[in-house]
Amino acid sequence: MNSELKKTLKLGELPRGARAKILSVRAVTEEMTRNFLEMGILEGSLVRVVHQAPLGGDPIAVEVRGALIALRRQEASGIDVEILHESSPHSREHSSQQASHEVSLS
Amino acid sequence: MTTSAWGSPLIALAGLPNCGKTSLFNALTGSRQKVANYPGVTVERKEGAIALPEGRTLRVLDLPGTYSLDARTPDEAITRDVLLGRVRGESLPVALIAVVDATNLERNLGLVMELRELGVPLVLALNMMDLAHRRGLELDLQALSQELHVPVIPTVAVKGRGLPELLSAVESAIQANACPVAVPDWKKPDAERIRARFQEVDRILKVCTKKSSAPAYWTERLDRVFLHPVLGFIVLGAVLALMFQAIFSWASVPQDAIEGAVAALGRWVGGFLAEGPLRSLLVDGVIAGVGSVLVFLPQILILYAFILILEDSGYLARAAFIMDRVMGGVGLHGRAFIPLLSSYACAIPGILSTRTIANPRDRLATILVAPLTTCSARLPVYTLLVGAFVPNITLWGPFRLQGAVLFGLYLLGTLAPLLVAWVLRKTLLRGPKPPLLMELPTYKRPSVRGVLLGLWERSRLFMRRAGTVILSLSVLVWFLSSYPQAPATVSGRAEVEEVGSARVSEAQLPAIHYSYAGKIGHAIEPFLRPLGFDWRVGIALIPGFAAREVMVSALGTVYAVEGDEENLQQELGARLASSWTLATALSLMVWYIFAPQCLSTLAVVRRETNTWRWAFFLLGYMTALAYLASFFTYQWVSWLGR
Repeated sequence: MNSELKKTLKLGELPRGARAKILSVRAVTEEMTRNFLEMGILEGSLVRVVHQAPLGGDPIAVEVRGALIALRRQEASGIDVEILHESSPHSREHSSQQASHEVSLS
Repeated sequence: MTTSAWGSPLIALAGLPNCGKTSLFNALTGSRQKVANYPGVTVERKEGAIALPEGRTLRVLDLPGTYSLDARTPDEAITRDVLLGRVRGESLPVALIAVVDATNLERNLGLVMELRELGVPLVLALNMMDLAHRRGLELDLQALSQELHVPVIPTVAVKGRGLPELLSAVESAIQANACPVAVPDWKKPDAERIRARFQEVDRILKVCTKKSSAPAYWTERLDRVFLHPVLGFIVLGAVLALMFQAIFSWASVPQDAIEGAVAALGRWVGGFLAEGPLRSLLVDGVIAGVGSVLVFLPQILILYAFILILEDSGYLARAAFIMDRVMGGVGLHGRAFIPLLSSYACAIPGILSTRTIANPRDRLATILVAPLTTCSARLPVYTLLVGAFVPNITLWGPFRLQGAVLFGLYLLGTLAPLLVAWVLRKTLLRGPKPPLLMELPTYKRPSVRGVLLGLWERSRLFMRRAGTVILSLSVLVWFLSSYPQAPATVSGRAEVEEVGSARVSEAQLPAIHYSYAGKIGHAIEPFLRPLGFDWRVGIALIPGFAAREVMVSALGTVYAVEGDEENLQQELGARLASSWTLATALSLMVWYIFAPQCLSTLAVVRRETNTWRWAFFLLGYMTALAYLASFFTYQWVSWLGR
């Protein structure tokens, strides 16, 4: 709720365009957690919500470790993220990409 | 594949989905490929042969793409089982080529870490290297090779670059491996293990990368349109409209050609044989039966061409993304969109393409509803009945009543699978909403060669099916409708054989009346009465069980209408219009929306679910639906007309 203050929220609540760092990945099932990790959704990686599907904005497509991954908001709620920068959907698409590479490599 | 390759050492290609693995496989083996299924499952097994410069031959296996050996889908399980030597009759690979998308190392190397742990000689093919360079990647290949302890060969599969180097690296890796190939020791990794693997990937990449590659420019640009909340829907609609246009109008030219050729072959063969059982078996049973299915080859090829191109280009995953809300609303996976779409041509490719759905319950739900989609075999029946019974009056502008009725039939055939899926997910196949976790790959230009090879494989598989299952069913149906024969006094078909002339023999009962099919038709008449069908429709329904479209020619036989294709449709239409009520015709159309009139589909469901139980369930629920829907249609329309 008061995510702007805490800067910590669920991936499913992340507004489009905002970039964030993944803090923890804990899905409903252990198997789902492993699936997230195998797809590169893991702690320390940078994410950004790039697209939302029509009809209610669910599922979402997030950019993580250089790939675009589609998932539903509900499943994305098992992923805690720390918001890094408030930005509008279009302003810093490129810089966030670059940053994603730098951070995930360091 | 040449026979000399038999017994040669086996190597395997493994990699993530969309890493260019199949392009590399095609580039390595050319047309020397053999496509079959793995025993017991319908996962495609693609093997090819490579002639090494020194004259030796290697067999290459193209394993299904996977993110990890911890498999989620039947395809991924095959990759794991082959690598662990768990597939019966499959030899363990002596070496692996890990195919990696060079534009996305931080994602791809995770699987390489896992493959490395197997202890099988491993060579890394750094594929799409040209693209990675263009996107600014600067990589120290030597350092990467040292850190990974694996030979690293840059390749560009689509241009055939780096292949000799790759093969010689594989050759050296096999020779350097002193210990014999043993079944690898593998444990399902836990979450910590996967995290550690990716940390190691990040460490290695930090050492080896001088400059990382920029994001895919065109993918971002295109997705702004294709995944746009409004434009995305419009684009998807346009793609689907084009596809239907292609399937239903462009295919008609080759279809007419095939029909003509089958008829000509029948006449040609018939010319050599005297009138009798053998001629009847060959011409009416084998040639007509197989021909009735071969006619669908152009439609199926066009459908597959579309699907292969859309899949190769990366668009199909986007379509699933856009449609997830609709599919998810009835409890299906977003990916179920593709099987349902394919089912408009034929339920069989549709059912086969459910293999990409991970959860067995989600997959089963999709398999069970796919046959409700209006496949193209229903079209000849609809065309006949709509043409005969619906007046062709103009509704508004270019829209006519016949077109509107046909549209209504398709609409029902679109809503029915969604409704039944919803019911199934609330009752028999209850369970949590299937999760969606799917990579949207970067857009690529589909390779002409890959699409052509894919089409060649599909048509071969389809022809083989036509030559086996459908051939035997056609013979069975021919037998049921030919024996026992009519008493000698009844005029046979020879009398009305003159090609082109369509004659109607009013006085006598057609020969089929005396056959087993006729007996069955009479026997089931009491059950069909409430639907408005008499024994003649009952008879036509029986051969129609082998394949829906056979119903049209069966009705022709029952109503003793003979002649060539055009005449048959017209004459039969006129005959039906004079002897059936509108209620009967509508009832039969509705019957065709729901009825499971396709033995091949049932056989495929049996094979895909590994049990007859679900095939019989499908048969049962679709028949019940068809019966109820036809019953209400007939009774209601009859009541209205009173």
